[in-house]
Amino acid sequence: MTEALPMAGVPANLNLAGLAKNDYRGAPSTLCQGCGHNSISNQIISALYEMDIRPEHILKFSGIGCSSKSPTYFLNRSFGFNGLHGRMPSVATGALFGDAGMKGIGVSGDGDTASIGMGQFKHAVRRNIDMVYIVENNGVYGLTKGQFSATSEKGLELKKQGTNPYMPVDICMEALASNATFVARSFAGDPKQVKELIKAALAHRGTAVLDIISPCVTFNNQSNAFHSYTWGKDHEEPLHDITYIAPRNEIMLEEEMKEGEVREVELHDGSAVILKKLEKEYDPTSRWDALRILEEAQKNDWLVTGLIYIEPDKPALTDLYNLVDTPLNRLTETDLRPDPASLEKINGLMF
Amino acid sequence: MKKIVNDFSITVGTKNGSGSSTANNTILRSIFKMGIPVSGKNLFPSNIQGLPTWYTIRVNKNGFVARSETQDIVIAINPDSFARDLTSVAPGGAFFYADDIKQPITRTDIAAYPMPIKEIVRKDPNVPSDFRDLVGNMVYVGVLAQMIGMQMETIQAALTFHFKGKQKPIDMNLNAVKAGAEWAKANLEKKDPFHLEPMDKTRGMIMADGNTAGALGSIYGGVQFVAWYPITPATSLAEGLNDYLPQLRKREDGRHTYAVVQAEDELAAIGMTIGAGWSGLRSMTSTSGPGLSLMTEFAGLAYYTEVPIVVWDVQRVGPSTGLPTRTSQGDLSFTAYLGHGDTEQIILLPGNVYECFEFGWKAFDIAERVQSPVFVLSDLDMGMNQWMSQPFEYPDTPMDRGKTLWEDDLEKIKSNWGRYLDVDGDGIPYRTIPGNKHPAGAYLLRGTGHDEHARYSEDAAIWAGNMDRLKRKYDTAEQYVPKPVIEKTPGAKIGIIGYGSTKIAIEEARYQLQKDHNLKIDFMRVRAVPFTPEVDKFLREHDQVFVVDMNRGGQMHKLLIVSHPESATKLIKVAFNDGLSATASWVRESILSVSANGKSASAKKAVAKKAAPKKAAAKKAAGKKSAVKKVSSKKKGAK
Repeated sequence: MTEALPMAGVPANLNLAGLAKNDYRGAPSTLCQGCGHNSISNQIISALYEMDIRPEHILKFSGIGCSSKSPTYFLNRSFGFNGLHGRMPSVATGALFGDAGMKGIGVSGDGDTASIGMGQFKHAVRRNIDMVYIVENNGVYGLTKGQFSATSEKGLELKKQGTNPYMPVDICMEALASNATFVARSFAGDPKQVKELIKAALAHRGTAVLDIISPCVTFNNQSNAFHSYTWGKDHEEPLHDITYIAPRNEIMLEEEMKEGEVREVELHDGSAVILKKLEKEYDPTSRWDALRILEEAQKNDWLVTGLIYIEPDKPALTDLYNLVDTPLNRLTETDLRPDPASLEKINGLMF
Repeated sequence: MKKIVNDFSITVGTKNGSGSSTANNTILRSIFKMGIPVSGKNLFPSNIQGLPTWYTIRVNKNGFVARSETQDIVIAINPDSFARDLTSVAPGGAFFYADDIKQPITRTDIAAYPMPIKEIVRKDPNVPSDFRDLVGNMVYVGVLAQMIGMQMETIQAALTFHFKGKQKPIDMNLNAVKAGAEWAKANLEKKDPFHLEPMDKTRGMIMADGNTAGALGSIYGGVQFVAWYPITPATSLAEGLNDYLPQLRKREDGRHTYAVVQAEDELAAIGMTIGAGWSGLRSMTSTSGPGLSLMTEFAGLAYYTEVPIVVWDVQRVGPSTGLPTRTSQGDLSFTAYLGHGDTEQIILLPGNVYECFEFGWKAFDIAERVQSPVFVLSDLDMGMNQWMSQPFEYPDTPMDRGKTLWEDDLEKIKSNWGRYLDVDGDGIPYRTIPGNKHPAGAYLLRGTGHDEHARYSEDAAIWAGNMDRLKRKYDTAEQYVPKPVIEKTPGAKIGIIGYGSTKIAIEEARYQLQKDHNLKIDFMRVRAVPFTPEVDKFLREHDQVFVVDMNRGGQMHKLLIVSHPESATKLIKVAFNDGLSATASWVRESILSVSANGKSASAKKAVAKKAAPKKAAAKKAAGKKSAVKKVSSKKKGAK
């Protein structure tokens, strides 16, 4: 296979979609300086640009909270829906029926997903809606200035709240329990991994849950806190290096993954993720292993990052509905209104 | 004994889950097929099996088929409600009962007919033993048919319809009907005045429930997305969509032009509906009070962000879980302002099954034209009971998709498109649909403050300006919602305003008041909020206007006072709700109590009057039927 070359006459900074990186940008961020969320927005931009996906093919979604503001800060040329606290999943579920060819990117927070929105989150996952579902997880309520969230670790001390007495919710575990087809975790301070995981998530058909530990620089960044930069840097334990390879490049195939070898997981659209194993054998297609590694991590206070679980061949929600090829939102009266004869028949049957 | 022909009520007391609905529907349909105006209402408990349930049928040659407070014929099959059923029979009425209920007949002012149901069924070798209770219900149909003159051919037609032409169950049930009729013929002597005689008043009409009608109307409105959560009494609307969509939107390639999703709760149901509405689909959900409460936050979002959706609220009795299987108009005020802040919603108020169909498709046109949620308020009585209706009428206007811009449109205008720019001055902006690939077509919808280009804004003037435009848009909606239906009497200075399912009770009361009390009364049936100019005109033209509400507070009365303060002193509240559908006698007595003393009736008086008619009506019935020979129990005659 030869590598695809940019067309003659196309400036070198344009991707295969003919767009510059600027075409993927949004409005300037109004989040705090140094907020992990901004770095994630930048990786979303880079991932889409590098994958040559046009912004017009993306629908952005968010709920309420600091994280949910961020869709304003990327992809100006994409439609977006910034709705209600904890209700992003239901809106996305309905919206993706309008044109099943569109891909969703949702950005939520730990409050938005694991507290007020836990029910909708799990049901969206269970339905496998075709969306990258990013949780910018900082273990704290930032926009209301520093309260515990459901992912705050037990024993966390916050200025006005005292000590958190409850066990945290593990978003990846919840996703797995709801039969998620893609579960990954990363750390906003590792932009390379964040970007590669976003690329893998974009190539996945179905709900791709990405729990990204994204420290709140203002309200939860004590060095002992679970979701802080210093804690993350010390405790981060990458499962494997991960590199996304677009379809135009050569794909390496491997049947069995052995220790120290490269593991490839083929994705729905024919593209693939390559997993490079580090310390121990890890099979991201095994739910059993995924649950085990999360359980182990919790016991050891680890922050496991990487692709935790993937099931690439499950149909996304709209695939189950046998929809016409034309996007539903472009159908006209001829397709939608039954003819007068049919109503006569109905009336005839109404005893 | 003076015959009473085609003007009485029949009530059947059974247990729910006993399979009596087939029998009761057979009586209803059979009378309908005889050409006699009729209605049937199921008074059922919120329970699956074993509790008392009643089915009440009103037969009326003049077409007044609202619930009657007088029980002329009562059929008692349930031992648990036997005593109550016996007491409920009006003097001079008829009481049919299963003779295995060993309870005394304590009344001598009614005709009592025992029925050996079990014995008759046991005699038929073709009925398997586990079918005996089910088929036993058909015996009372047969006894009743014999005694009041229900025709065997129309019963057969009803059963053929019910069992979709399957011969075996038709025969089994018809044989039980015939056995009941034959037994009655041989053993019972007619001692009550009630008779059916064929008429020609239902020809060309159909029989349907409002939820099915709403579902069908939505399908002819081109519905594309439905998200719903089961709740009584709205469930059968969504199920109607599930039933009819596959047939009516069938394509040669077998592919689908719609999707129905059962959501995890009402929050998600309306969230999905809004998502789909935003992305350009004709999108709807159906619910009832408790679900509507849950939908409140999203309703405000859809209002403020201008997303077209249709929400059916099939009302039941609240507050709280309330009476889940009883009817009400209790959600009107709540819906009118559904959402926090300055929210105003568009409401359609169908008054019968025919309009449930019509508003089913119109709601989408209005929602997309105005870019707003549209709430259709039906109720349990209209939604779940069988009603006579004119056949559903095919939409007489093409689908109105509203001000929508696709790629070509944007290319043509080339100007400064903004999602919330009021280009035409009617408050309605132009919208683009997600999936529009034009580079300038996208916008980020946000529930937070936004400017004309949908950009985030906390600017005071921008906020106020946008809210003013939304008000302007709400006023524009008056042009698109259904106008009221007005029935006039020359010289009338008194008016009645009503809406929804009370229509038929009000019409009967108006007829009685004009005929028996010489009152000239006009009737305006409001069919939408915001109110159209006709409403104001009606208020101005009358000295006294009674506003009939099937709720405690007089919610329509309040809405009218708020929107027409200059007419407030003319408006008289007639409001009551106990879960049962409105009756003509309640409307009539409420109006008479005010007309007599010339002052506004307090709510208390109206309620007292509501309770009173039972006695009054009973007295009247007794008077009317003075010719009825007082008969003693014919228990002896039973075997």
